[in-house]
Amino acid sequence: MLRILSWRLFTLVPSIILLSIVVFLALHLIPGDPAVAYLSASQLPITEEAIERVTIELGLDRPVWEQYVSWFSSALTMDFGTSYMTGEPIVEEFLFYFPATVELSVWAFLTVILFVIVLGSASAYFRKTWVDYGSRLFSIVGASLPSFWLGFLLLYVFSMTLGIFPSGNRGTFAHYVLPVLTLAIPYIAIYSRLFRTSLLEVEKLPWMFSARARGLSEKTIWIKFQLRHGVLALLPVLGIVMGYLLAGTFIVENIFSWPGVGRYMMNAIVQRDYPVIQFYILVIACMFLLINLIVDLLQAWLDPRQRHQKDGVKHV
Amino acid sequence: MSRTSWMYIAMAAIGLLMVFIAPLLIIQDPFSANSANRLLPPSSSHLLGTDHLGRDLLSRIVYGARYTVVTALMIVVISGLIGMSIGFVSATSGGIIDQVFMRFSEWMSAFPSVILAFLFVGIAGPGLLNILIALSLVFWIPIARLVRNTTVRTMQEPYYESAMISGVPHVKRIQRHLIPAVLPQVTVLLALNIGSAMLHIAGFSFLGIGIQPPLPEWGAMLNESRSYFYAAPWLMIVPGMAIFLVVLFWNLLSEQMRDEFDQKRGSGL
Repeated sequence: MLRILSWRLFTLVPSIILLSIVVFLALHLIPGDPAVAYLSASQLPITEEAIERVTIELGLDRPVWEQYVSWFSSALTMDFGTSYMTGEPIVEEFLFYFPATVELSVWAFLTVILFVIVLGSASAYFRKTWVDYGSRLFSIVGASLPSFWLGFLLLYVFSMTLGIFPSGNRGTFAHYVLPVLTLAIPYIAIYSRLFRTSLLEVEKLPWMFSARARGLSEKTIWIKFQLRHGVLALLPVLGIVMGYLLAGTFIVENIFSWPGVGRYMMNAIVQRDYPVIQFYILVIACMFLLINLIVDLLQAWLDPRQRHQKDGVKHV
Repeated sequence: MSRTSWMYIAMAAIGLLMVFIAPLLIIQDPFSANSANRLLPPSSSHLLGTDHLGRDLLSRIVYGARYTVVTALMIVVISGLIGMSIGFVSATSGGIIDQVFMRFSEWMSAFPSVILAFLFVGIAGPGLLNILIALSLVFWIPIARLVRNTTVRTMQEPYYESAMISGVPHVKRIQRHLIPAVLPQVTVLLALNIGSAMLHIAGFSFLGIGIQPPLPEWGAMLNESRSYFYAAPWLMIVPGMAIFLVVLFWNLLSEQMRDEFDQKRGSGL
């Protein structure tokens, strides 16, 4: 287990380096002069002279690979440069906004898991009854709702008209309800259906017959066999969901004026703050690689077929 | 095909026709502002009311359909063509090309498509064309994977191998075995993608990095009038409902097609 883990962590390194090269090149090869972007983002007048000065200041006159090496070596010491907009170190700014986004997405993630399992198993258990049809209707409607519209509808009904929940900012528990729901509902809609299907597929597998033949109670079979295998099939998908939630809070943060990374990034993109964009892409990519790794490990832990594979035979 | 499927196809055709014909029939100009008509509730002269600049909401919605719906259709066609050809080439050529494609697509699908498209639009700048490129760039990958996997699986089927041994020419094998195996699944995915592309376009425009006002793109309209929602709820309900209904239509269509193809193959859960 430890060997697999260290091997997997080791193989992440080249991926990340490759990615950083791609991102760096992409940002330097696109049309548009970073020096001009720098000037407009820091609200300085754009003159010939200023562009020349900034080009030398940012080292844009050096060859691209030299720029990359100097960027990479300072990145190794956690120095990712300063934001064009504010002149502050990017890492500090990012860490200031990141907790709010993590909070929001973790709550949304837990909500998604809970409702996916409850709705999915209810509609598999009460198959072809009104429970099943109701959840099917919910899932197709939920998957078609634009999330920004859903957010506004929730705001309009629960905040403006009924006054139950506050409309923006963080703070108490009530502040979380609407943003978390807005973020979670589309995913609940999509994945509760998937979970139902995977539960029904488990039903046909041979060990279900042998479990019944062994005279285990229906409850034991349901919990120890069917649900467990359903969750196992859901695992890789859940990893993707967590990534989407972490990265996809742009719209929700915009609607609920949530002080998170999504809003910070929107500003950076509108202002063409290249160092910030570059840093964000790398962080997101690393998070995704890590989430995938965790999912793989969890799968190995929950699935005896993978766990009992001899170490060193197959590093998957 | 069942009657339901024909109904869907008819609805899609009528809808598309509307997108292009209705603007000719609508008398009110979707762009002309009139401060005397600000924030009028739905009435007989303005069936869906007016917005904060006094523009007729119905004509804006009808006129705006071309941005969201037509762009989404274009994205699906472009990404579908790219995805199908790359997937097919990857499956049939095998070897190093296939390996490279598989690694690349695995790597790409580790990242959420929304974020990739979002960053592309962010870097390349807002606008209709950049959205089109960004979304086409992310949408082709799942299609290519699906086509590649289905093709590879079909080529290992006994009926395909016996066709090969008995000397059925290449083109005929593709025509008779590969296309019928691949096409149904791809169509289902493409219909699903139309809805998803629409949600993306509207979302980008809502955030202000997509199609810009005063163009009546549905997502941009929602963003433009968001400070008037409490006083004029129809400004919120109408554009959102328009997006929702059209996306719902494509999702239902996709489900209907899947059921139909499933029945043909005799499974069905």
